[in-house]
Amino acid sequence: MEKFKLVKIFIILIIIIFPKTINSAEQNELLEVNWSFKGLTGKFDRNSLQRGFQVYKEVCSSCHSMQYLSYRNLGEPGGPEFSEEEVKAIAASVEITDGPDSQGEMFTRPGRPSDKFKSPYPNVNASTVANGGAYPPDMSVLVKARPGGANYIYSVLVGYEDPPAGMILDPGVYYNKYMIGNKIKMSAPLLEGIVEYTDGTQASVDQMAKDVTTFLSWAAEPELEERHKTGVKVLIYLILLTILVYLSMRRIWSRIDSEV
Amino acid sequence: MSEHDYIPKSKAGKWFNDRLPLLSLASHLTDYPTPKNLNYWWTFGGILTFCLLTQIITGIVLAMHYVAHADLAFASVEHIMRNVNYGWLIRYIHSNGASMFFLAVYIHIFRSLFYGSYKSPREVIWIIGLLIYLLMMAAAFMGYVLPWGQMSFWGATVITNLFSAIPLVGESITTWLWGAYSVDNPTLNRFFSLHYLLPFLILGLVVLHIWALHVPGNNNPVGIDIKKPSKDTVPFHPYITIKDAFALLMFMIIFAGFVFFAPNVLGHSDNYIQANPMVTPAHIVPEWYLLPFYAILRSVPDKLGGVILMFGAIFILFVLPWLDTSKVRSAVFRPVYKQFYWIFVIDVLMLGYMGAMPAEGIYLVLARVGTIYYFLHFIVILPVVGLLEKTDPIPVSIAEPVLSGGAEPSLAKKDNGKI
Amino acid sequence: MDKPEKKTNRRDFLFTASYTVGAVGVGAIIWPLIDQMNPDKAQQALATTEVDVSQVEPGKSITVLWRGKPVFLKRRTNEEIAEARSVALNDLPDPQKDEDRVKDGKDEWLVMLGVCTHLGCVPLSDKGDYNGWFCPCHGSHYDVSGRIRKGPAPKNMEIPKYEFVNSNIIKIG
Repeated sequence: MEKFKLVKIFIILIIIIFPKTINSAEQNELLEVNWSFKGLTGKFDRNSLQRGFQVYKEVCSSCHSMQYLSYRNLGEPGGPEFSEEEVKAIAASVEITDGPDSQGEMFTRPGRPSDKFKSPYPNVNASTVANGGAYPPDMSVLVKARPGGANYIYSVLVGYEDPPAGMILDPGVYYNKYMIGNKIKMSAPLLEGIVEYTDGTQASVDQMAKDVTTFLSWAAEPELEERHKTGVKVLIYLILLTILVYLSMRRIWSRIDSEV
Repeated sequence: MSEHDYIPKSKAGKWFNDRLPLLSLASHLTDYPTPKNLNYWWTFGGILTFCLLTQIITGIVLAMHYVAHADLAFASVEHIMRNVNYGWLIRYIHSNGASMFFLAVYIHIFRSLFYGSYKSPREVIWIIGLLIYLLMMAAAFMGYVLPWGQMSFWGATVITNLFSAIPLVGESITTWLWGAYSVDNPTLNRFFSLHYLLPFLILGLVVLHIWALHVPGNNNPVGIDIKKPSKDTVPFHPYITIKDAFALLMFMIIFAGFVFFAPNVLGHSDNYIQANPMVTPAHIVPEWYLLPFYAILRSVPDKLGGVILMFGAIFILFVLPWLDTSKVRSAVFRPVYKQFYWIFVIDVLMLGYMGAMPAEGIYLVLARVGTIYYFLHFIVILPVVGLLEKTDPIPVSIAEPVLSGGAEPSLAKKDNGKI
Repeated sequence: MDKPEKKTNRRDFLFTASYTVGAVGVGAIIWPLIDQMNPDKAQQALATTEVDVSQVEPGKSITVLWRGKPVFLKRRTNEEIAEARSVALNDLPDPQKDEDRVKDGKDEWLVMLGVCTHLGCVPLSDKGDYNGWFCPCHGSHYDVSGRIRKGPAPKNMEIPKYEFVNSNIIKIG
């Protein structure tokens, strides 16, 4: 009887685990990075977030929008935590179209922290046309929108290679080892030293890929640190209460057991 | 019934209770005699009540911030996640809550299948339960459409297109459901309205479900009726309430694990891409709790046939009490049924797995085998096993297996005829 | 007889502890459900508005929206200022000097929330018995300093936090 139960549990476990092993066979196994924000108490690396923002601003933002973020987010706890002055300066460096004013005209003004990140193109169609028919996806929740998440973004960023022999690529199409289908319309965005980090960190491709992926992970889940912190507290609380209730339950049911 | 015997102690209480017997009801609920041998599989009723209330409360809150418009819905969800105070927490509880709700309801249903809780005299409880399950699926499906991501949009397209399989009027019905010529803003708007309505209908059915339960009383692991209430039962409060509370807390630990540490593993990453009517994602899959039915749908090469079979897979459950011919309720005393029960569990899990895989090759073959077996289980195996099976001896009363101290009843007499 | 008593004590402690800890948890989960209705981060961030007042003639006023409420920016004439400052404080239901309602050296500019302190309607300008504002909802009269003079409103119209960025631009909030 007991043996039988074990067999059943075993079969059920296989059924649950099996899909994962099959799914990953479809594409090259993603590179695994030991992100600081994984795990029960994971936190973002502030310096990496600030560098990642620099990479986004100087490289990605010329094509990729980030329409759900506001400049003020850059100064909020759990994020890159730029100082108030830095946030204001970052926002002010952007021309924002506002209006209409009392004359009914649109006008431009320097950005404020409350403004949303300025998009490089006015709409999706304009962005698609400007990029050879491939719309550069909005990066606000990109990490959550891809299976594999941060590892996938990182792998694609460092996964540019020469195509295998015999593979012919159309112009404007590049080979990427980790992209689903291996074909990507974005040329390798990160080149050694394309960014000069203000904190003096060596801007290797790997470093930039890690930094910008960290930044994008935060952008997709700005609540992550608060979530982890609250989660640990909630679990400790629930376990404590469970123990108390378990003891109370034993106590209450002992009335019955002792009666019998 | 006991509620008529209850007389409040205070004068004011008596005055009120004579006009509206709420205190009698409360007294009935706390004193409600419950079989003392209920195991932890019986705690999922309370857990499900918790799930429903959690969904209703978090849902009301989300509706304060959500915008049901095709252009704004996706952005409003991001607004909830980023700007609303504790919005991320409330949304993650709601989205993971749906999964936890289904996890609990499946355990609840399979508990009923194992211990024969659907059998006479509890058929009406079972049928109300199935209606709740149907409404849950409708509510969950429409709720999944609201964030207006890619899976929302294409899930809505695929599911509403099921109705187009109906001969003659199918196309008109689908257009009517949409309020447009495809899934569009009017569809989103009405789904939001109905998504808000259904939980309250479910709540009403839950009241009926519990009412119907309190007429014959709970089934129990040995599946026999209560002989001597004083020996076989305990008052609901505090014995069952504390046990339910303990089980609920264990459930909440798992729930919290998902909400705080893996809030998106049960969802699909494509739903973080805004709906795009021009591009269908490579793999369309429903949420995990609908996968077995999805597998059944896809296993039939004919459009109408697939839809009929899929709905048939649910509706066959409504006649289950009459398909199962066994006089013995609990599978504990049904050695043959017990084996088929576990095969059925594995079959449903396998169907769920096939529903997540592409409908081709070996997956399609296995999905077809699984589908055939699913119906075979209800139409052939249950009636035949019930008639031919030689059941184990059944204990005389609930108190006895408890007395003997073991899970396996030792003192028993042959009694598979009348219970 | 000692043993059962001990048992009872421990049971009481256990139950009290369980109830207490449980109640704390219920309280903790209620707070997010309440706080979600408070202004969200996007609302809080919209706290400032800058207004160009260079085009406003003396005696005229403009109205701008700040946090969803109208703000009156009135450029007062010298007569109006004199009138506002001639009123005896004893005559006012909510005594306040006109000097305290404007910025030093910018006496001509009255910047205030255009919201009646009675029940929140927007008063009409240049109406009422005191050459100031008149609220049509329930008949409150305000003077040229926006102080309540007659009617059901209990307080003077509120002065928001503002500053002159330069002589032409006022930043509210």
